[in-house]
Amino acid sequence: MRKRIIYWVVWIFVLTGLLLATALFSLYIGSVGMSLNKILRVILEGKGTLEYSILFDIRLPRIILGFAIGGSLSLIGVILQGMFRNPLVEPYTLGISGGAAIGVCLNIVFRLNRALGILSLPVCGFLGALCVVVLVYSLSVKKGVLKIQGLLLTGVMISFISSSLIMLIMAVSRTEDLHGIVFWIMGSLEEPNNALILISLCASIAGLILSYLFCIDLNALALGEEEAMHLGINVERSKRLLFIIASVLTGFSVSVAGIIGFVGLVVPHFVRVVVGRDHRILLVSSFLGGAAFLILCDTLARTIIAPVELPVGVITGLMGGSAFVYVLTRKQMLLKAK
Amino acid sequence: MLRINGLGCGYYDRQVLWDINLEVPPKEIMGIIGPNGSGKTTLLRAVSRLLKPKQGSIHLDGKDIWQMKYRELAKRVAVVSQGLPEETLTVEEFVLLGRIPHFEGLQFLETNHDFEVAEGCMALTDVLRLKDRPIGQISGGERQLALIARALTQEPALLLLDEPTTYLDIAHQVGMLDLIKRLNRKLGLTVLMVLHDLNLASEYCDKVALLSNGKIYKQGRPEEVLNYKVIEDVYKTVVVVQKNPVSKKPYILLVSEEEKRKKK
Repeated sequence: MRKRIIYWVVWIFVLTGLLLATALFSLYIGSVGMSLNKILRVILEGKGTLEYSILFDIRLPRIILGFAIGGSLSLIGVILQGMFRNPLVEPYTLGISGGAAIGVCLNIVFRLNRALGILSLPVCGFLGALCVVVLVYSLSVKKGVLKIQGLLLTGVMISFISSSLIMLIMAVSRTEDLHGIVFWIMGSLEEPNNALILISLCASIAGLILSYLFCIDLNALALGEEEAMHLGINVERSKRLLFIIASVLTGFSVSVAGIIGFVGLVVPHFVRVVVGRDHRILLVSSFLGGAAFLILCDTLARTIIAPVELPVGVITGLMGGSAFVYVLTRKQMLLKAK
Repeated sequence: MLRINGLGCGYYDRQVLWDINLEVPPKEIMGIIGPNGSGKTTLLRAVSRLLKPKQGSIHLDGKDIWQMKYRELAKRVAVVSQGLPEETLTVEEFVLLGRIPHFEGLQFLETNHDFEVAEGCMALTDVLRLKDRPIGQISGGERQLALIARALTQEPALLLLDEPTTYLDIAHQVGMLDLIKRLNRKLGLTVLMVLHDLNLASEYCDKVALLSNGKIYKQGRPEEVLNYKVIEDVYKTVVVVQKNPVSKKPYILLVSEEEKRKKK
């Protein structure tokens, strides 16, 4: 059975390679064209030049943030899909993003960001997300048992309620604030604050490590909660901790980068087709795959009609969605052919 | 091995079982029989710790099962529940999940020993030849065997089965119960199983417990429990009980309403 482990290691190498290639591509391409030679020279020359600051102050932070956010989103997707045994769940299904959006909208409307500085935006977003997490969680716990289906329904309802509230806020807000709200909701990897990028990076990696401690539990949960209990899994504890990991990570991602759809839904599906359903490999490879996917989409978003920058959510939706439909229909055709 | 004392339990405010006293001695096959809705599956769920008792207690080798750790219990008790797996996992991957209770704290990969145990269990249940097939694509009978292989991979002392013959034709029913009997004799496995079919229960169980309306109506050896009076009283239907000429165990014949009327 060494075969399977070799297979896993090979895939981790392939995905890491893919991720590095995407990151290099993203570093290389942009409105200021730079050949690989030039990049090398710029790096050797060190600080001070304009090219150096383009590379390391503009492009690299975006790549790191793309890595953190893309990895987190698709990791959350795997965790939630595994926990709910439902392939359609994604990081935004539980209404956490809605909470974050309300936090940010209120911040913009009440001009808190002007009074308290730009950093108050992600902080408000995170607080909004936490409120929803606590709300959804406490509504779904009955007699000490976390009801998974209840969690899903409550989450979806809270999403609807929060999107109505956002519309309400937008309807009564000033035109100049409207732009800020829309811009935030569309999601972007542009983040001038390096500390926030670092925090996101640490959060995403911590999320990966913590959730990996539950990979066996997730494998057992795939058989259903009762079967997992028969296999000696403390199902209540696993569900709670996984939910908390997933929701806090969602809160982090959404408050830093806004709502970037589809990464958390599509990437886990693709990765599952390739590496299989074992969470011991699925968690890591989804993280890597999601990171590569988001970096690629962001690179396209900022170069495709440069100097205008498209919202990255447009690219993730278009690319992810169409590729997904293509793979799905092809799979069905293959099944029929068999 | 397993001792149930004054057990009462149920779902929310609906009590299903009342004052169940039952002892399963080691290396015995105990069958739970009774009409639909008499609480057979509920009893099994209580023993497998899915339901918390409202009254009474369940002890495994002198230890209250609710005082045991999850993994500790799973190393001693394995459950084969009703319903077949619909996974895309291969049979081997599925069976290997049975090793989870034996994982150490931070162990993520199976050891060679785990693979050996799983392979042995698959050989014992005759699913080794299917080990690379997706479990959703093999027949119902084979899936049932894979379920048993997974339970055996836990290396339990007590095996709980919920109607292991539900989806099977007569040949497979007999094959399944022969297998359980073999495991009982060979590995010294104690078995507690819910059976619908009274004849199978009579044929294969060392002892049976007959449930009626959430209480144990009668328990003992099949010859003691399965007579026409008891069955007619519990099932409210007319039966004829005779002796199997080969095994000398009781077997139950049914009589249709039309025939009953003709007789009168």
